[in-house]
Amino acid sequence: MVNSDIIRYSWISLRGNRARTLLMLLAMSISVASVLLLTALGEGARRYVNNEFASLGTNLIIVMPGKSETAGSGLENMMGVTPRDLTLDDARALTRHHSVVRIAPINIGVADASWQNRKREVAVLGSTHELIDVRQWKLSSGLFLPAMDWDRSTPVCVLGKKIRDELFGAHVAMGQWIRLGENRYRVIGIMASEGRSIGVDVQDTVIIPIASAQELFNTPSLLRILIEAKNRDSMDHVIEFTLNTIKHKHHGEEDITVITQDAVLKTFDNVIAALTYGVGGIAAISLVVAGILIMNVMLVAVSQRTAEIGLLKALGASQQKILNLFLAEALLLSLFGAAIGFIFGLGGSWLIRLMLPDLQVYPPLWAMLASLLVAIITGLLFSLLPARKAAALDPVQALQGRD
Amino acid sequence: MITLKNIHRNFKVGSQIVHALDGINLEIGAGEYVSVMGPSGSGKSTLLNLIGMLDHASSGEYRLNGQNVTEMDENEESHIRNQTIGFVFQSFHLIPRLTAAENIELPLMLAGMDPAERALRVNDVIEKMDLVNRAQHTPDQLSGGQRQRVAIARATVTHPSVILADEPTGNLDQKSGEDVVNTLEALNQQGMTLIIVTHDLQLGQRSPRTLRMVDGRIESDHLQ
Repeated sequence: MVNSDIIRYSWISLRGNRARTLLMLLAMSISVASVLLLTALGEGARRYVNNEFASLGTNLIIVMPGKSETAGSGLENMMGVTPRDLTLDDARALTRHHSVVRIAPINIGVADASWQNRKREVAVLGSTHELIDVRQWKLSSGLFLPAMDWDRSTPVCVLGKKIRDELFGAHVAMGQWIRLGENRYRVIGIMASEGRSIGVDVQDTVIIPIASAQELFNTPSLLRILIEAKNRDSMDHVIEFTLNTIKHKHHGEEDITVITQDAVLKTFDNVIAALTYGVGGIAAISLVVAGILIMNVMLVAVSQRTAEIGLLKALGASQQKILNLFLAEALLLSLFGAAIGFIFGLGGSWLIRLMLPDLQVYPPLWAMLASLLVAIITGLLFSLLPARKAAALDPVQALQGRD
Repeated sequence: MITLKNIHRNFKVGSQIVHALDGINLEIGAGEYVSVMGPSGSGKSTLLNLIGMLDHASSGEYRLNGQNVTEMDENEESHIRNQTIGFVFQSFHLIPRLTAAENIELPLMLAGMDPAERALRVNDVIEKMDLVNRAQHTPDQLSGGQRQRVAIARATVTHPSVILADEPTGNLDQKSGEDVVNTLEALNQQGMTLIIVTHDLQLGQRSPRTLRMVDGRIESDHLQ
């Protein structure tokens, strides 16, 4: 019996028992689809986080006050509560390294913003003119903060789009004076960038010069210093320089935490990858369940087709041929089930992409290969028992329909 | 051609041993036409299954075309069943989801024959059995006589030297039964050894040689 005949005969058998075949195809396809969908969601989340971090800027080094062994995720670091604060002098000292392209000291606080009779509470971000390039933000109109001495307080501000809309509505914002706390600032630009980073929604933020922010919040300290290194290779040198410089300035005490975009990204990447493998693994269990269903249904099929098996033996089918016929049926079921599962999985991913365009939900290649492989292996493995049972039937008894 | 020497076939039923065949000695020459008769439980079908290598003797020696069948392994037995023996059953044993042509093709497919050659053989036997107009019908679309003719076509498509028929007319009306027997006898006249197990006295008397079995033994071996 040649392979094409085995497949043809198995195909006819499957077609001849449609309800049974559909049941098994459904089980296998749902399992494969769930593996693909869940890993696609995991992969989509990973891509999303990657893109978010990429938008932070390239070759970015973040300096935070306080020493933390866990990359500065502690509350103290977030709040900038440390024995020794970062200052503008510290930031200025870091500009001396030849691989530092840009530097943006940052301070963040909350203040009441008002224009005419409109008033609301806003996040105020103090920084320098280089922030816009370090963070790769865009302006929709006007100018960003002017290049000037960091210590000079200038009453200018750049508004996030949401704040512009809420404070000014249909009025022209550019050139107007708004009040932040007790001080007045002239609007010189409107941000176009969207998104959220370092806990700040750009659309919902007012950006003012760093000295103005220190004056507004009455603090000389900085929340962060953002450094853009010349290239990826120079990052280690810049980090070392940063640590040494600040340590020297802080009287020999290494009381800062330096993190890179890569380090944070890697942590997120690891967590999401673990989650993806986890949910993929859980979904893969359903493949095993589908395999058990195939085994049960095939065992029933063997009982129902006992006389047919007896006939095949009478016509000269050896045990191996009977075994091959049943395994071929399982293989076809697994392949078709996987194919339908791929259609469901890929279709479902496409639907999710339609509904959530930010989430690039594509099943990873490894998940596609693994689900196909596991589907085939479980299909074959769990069919082995019924197939062997069929092959071992006594032909005389089988012809009488007895197993 | 078929030689059985002191063949015993015992079955264990509960704590008892049933002697389905009890010391059978038999020789059937090539091209013979033999009827096996006897009451139910006399061992007729067991003898037929044993000659068809569907069953094995508990003891004794069975030679087919000079080859000692009792020493063959499962693969060799399957090969000989496929090439040398054709079965015709009372209940036809056609696969319901296959067409008549596909049912007839089965033994050739199991033999691994080339599809083109298979088609020639199948068409040839379909013409001989007068099934041209029924070739693409499934068994449920055929009459009893047509079904048995499909089964005979399937049994002969490999050009076997032995046809074993177990009550071939048992499920047929008289006319269809007559047609089927005529077809089998025509095959015998072409040189195939024909062994028919039957209860039907009339059918049994048509063969030149009749074996009468009682309690697993050949009571009489009668040549007409």
